[in-house]
Amino acid sequence: MAEHHGTEAPVNFAAASKAALLDPQLRGNFRRAMDGLMTKRAVQFADAKEWHDMRALAASVRLRALSKLPELLEKLEANCTRNGIQVHWASTTDEANAIVLDIMKRVDAKLAVKGKSMVTEEMHLNAFLEEHGIEALEADLGEYIVQLDGTMPSHIIMPAIHLNTKQIAHLFKRKIKEAESIEDAAYLTGLARRILRQKFMNADVGMSGVNAAVAETGTLCLIENEGNGRMCTTVPPVHIAFMGLEKVVETLEDVPPVISLLPRSATGQPITTYVNMITSPRKEGELDGPREIHLVILDNGRSSVYADAELRDTLRCIRCGACMNHCPVYTKVGGHAYEAPYPGPIGKILVPQMEGLAKRGEMPHACTMCNACVEICPVKIPIVEIMGRLRVEAVRPGDAVKDSGAQASKTEAMVWKGWAAMNASPMAYKIATMAMSKLGNAAPTGLPLLKEWTSVRTKPRFASRTLHDLAREKGIPDV
Amino acid sequence: MSDARSAILAKLRASRDAHPITPPPSDTTVLADKRWAPEERLPRIRRLMEAVHTEFLDATEADWPAVVREFLAREGATTLLYAPGTPDGKTLAAATSPLPPREREGTHAEHGEGEGLSEHDSNPTPDSPSPFPLRGPLPSPGAGEGVHLIPYDRPVETFKEQLFEGIDAGLTSTLGAIAETGSLILWPSAQEPRLLSLVPHIHVALLRADALYDTFWQAMRDNRWAEGMPTNALLVSGPSKTADIEQTLAYGVHGPKRLIVVVIA
Repeated sequence: MAEHHGTEAPVNFAAASKAALLDPQLRGNFRRAMDGLMTKRAVQFADAKEWHDMRALAASVRLRALSKLPELLEKLEANCTRNGIQVHWASTTDEANAIVLDIMKRVDAKLAVKGKSMVTEEMHLNAFLEEHGIEALEADLGEYIVQLDGTMPSHIIMPAIHLNTKQIAHLFKRKIKEAESIEDAAYLTGLARRILRQKFMNADVGMSGVNAAVAETGTLCLIENEGNGRMCTTVPPVHIAFMGLEKVVETLEDVPPVISLLPRSATGQPITTYVNMITSPRKEGELDGPREIHLVILDNGRSSVYADAELRDTLRCIRCGACMNHCPVYTKVGGHAYEAPYPGPIGKILVPQMEGLAKRGEMPHACTMCNACVEICPVKIPIVEIMGRLRVEAVRPGDAVKDSGAQASKTEAMVWKGWAAMNASPMAYKIATMAMSKLGNAAPTGLPLLKEWTSVRTKPRFASRTLHDLAREKGIPDV
Repeated sequence: MSDARSAILAKLRASRDAHPITPPPSDTTVLADKRWAPEERLPRIRRLMEAVHTEFLDATEADWPAVVREFLAREGATTLLYAPGTPDGKTLAAATSPLPPREREGTHAEHGEGEGLSEHDSNPTPDSPSPFPLRGPLPSPGAGEGVHLIPYDRPVETFKEQLFEGIDAGLTSTLGAIAETGSLILWPSAQEPRLLSLVPHIHVALLRADALYDTFWQAMRDNRWAEGMPTNALLVSGPSKTADIEQTLAYGVHGPKRLIVVVIA
């Protein structure tokens, strides 16, 4: 499955986004959803001072965690171990999958239920388990829908946001025996409830992500609205939790600012229905809860992201998805066009660093640099600066990012060399601008370098006289 | 695996030491400033929680068991899972009399094993997973008399099916509630198991009106949670809900369909 060594074929965002743009159903579904989310978020942060101060606090919590990352991970491990949680480390997604399979085999698991976890999307865990004969069922309603449909989540918070009620009703009718053709969210939710409660009851293993892992106490914090996360972490006899290594925070008191900003930014809720804090497996005398808890700490490129003083700000992310909801590109094309576990602005800076610029070199370019994501990011990630940096890394051979320089092009390098030379010599500049004003309009739109620009835009008209000429005429002297 | 551990930690340490981060101080004034006058806290909690379909009942220390029972009877719920070893559980069991003939002593914690749950196994299990109407019509008057108390007094493995399919409501205590977000603080224990507040279709939670905090942050500081977290601690801010189908809110997706907060003045 998810093997990420060597250079891989580039993922063609441009082609996928073109198809998305031509799908009016998809456009409508996203437009409606994103408008709603932006409005609800704005209501949560009506108090500008509170937003400013909370955000500064949350950013400081995340930065402090990153400043002590190795020590905090060791402390987390020590405290989890003391509490009876078994800690596993995985450098790659393959290693992480192998750890899971080991546990599953030992407990002879046939059915595993899973709460939302983006890390397991990185691992392609469901497919991996199914290859090994273990049913892995998504229990978050959105993820369940997407899994039934055989596709990927199109949003990290609302996985099935690309589908409307009618489409979901058809999907249920096709895939679920007892489903009736009722296009009603309450009916469909009730149907999923009946099916999934049976699965919770019978599952051998429950799996989940982690929103914040507290080093001080060895506590795993999970937030959710549905209760599937609580089901997965409480009902089955074994619980496996997955976290990216950056998810650690130093103290329990660091949790409230993060847990406050996350749902407010994500969906405009003051808090999620459940904030679930798990500190140990079932203790002697307790009547429920898993008898084993495993925590899988995954690197998958994060330690390389951490190595660069500028790029490491990517790791502040708390996965609220607000950057997607506000991105002029994401809101038009939706999540699938990115063909990546993390779409939208955070995906555009995270995925290329994880999977390399050979495969993901297009992603940092799928951005207008409008800065909307930076303005609403609750932990102040300088997304646009990092985007710019990745564009540079894509054409500059080096080792800052996996496959740095993968997009280096001789033609482009020559063009920029020429551009630099033109601007460095007054004579060359004069000749070049003169030539453009006289000949620019005659140049056909199909010229090699011009073609891509003019395929979707009108070629600009060149003025017949240069700016310098016009200025001189007004008596402004040359310097 | 330990190879991965040492490789990851060594890499992180080298990177951090090469480019240390100086984080800005964490200024928690913004959290400390979130305060509400004592008389404003409960109305705020109510308003926030009602906005997400939580229902409230008013009661006193003396009458809450009757208030709970009357409510359940009115809603057509016939089975109530509770924690027999907690003070509230004992109060409930003691107050629930006269018992229907088939109930007898099974509801008292002291009797423990061999009674309680098994005694109810002969009761017919409803076919539907939601055997009570959701805000439906009043059941026949006689139904109210027979709210069975079922003690959660043995490992879940021994009665999973009954728990999922044969129980209408679960009763838990709370450690209090949070004004900022309208959240209950639940602190499950050996006496009050975790699934009491999750699996039954109705979750009834007792809230003492004098245990109200301004913020989550204040609650954990005042009670020094960091010195000893339980197996599982929870904030619960409403019944289970989802908006995963076209952003349409639907309640009761996996957890309780209804959350009833009994405010004990």
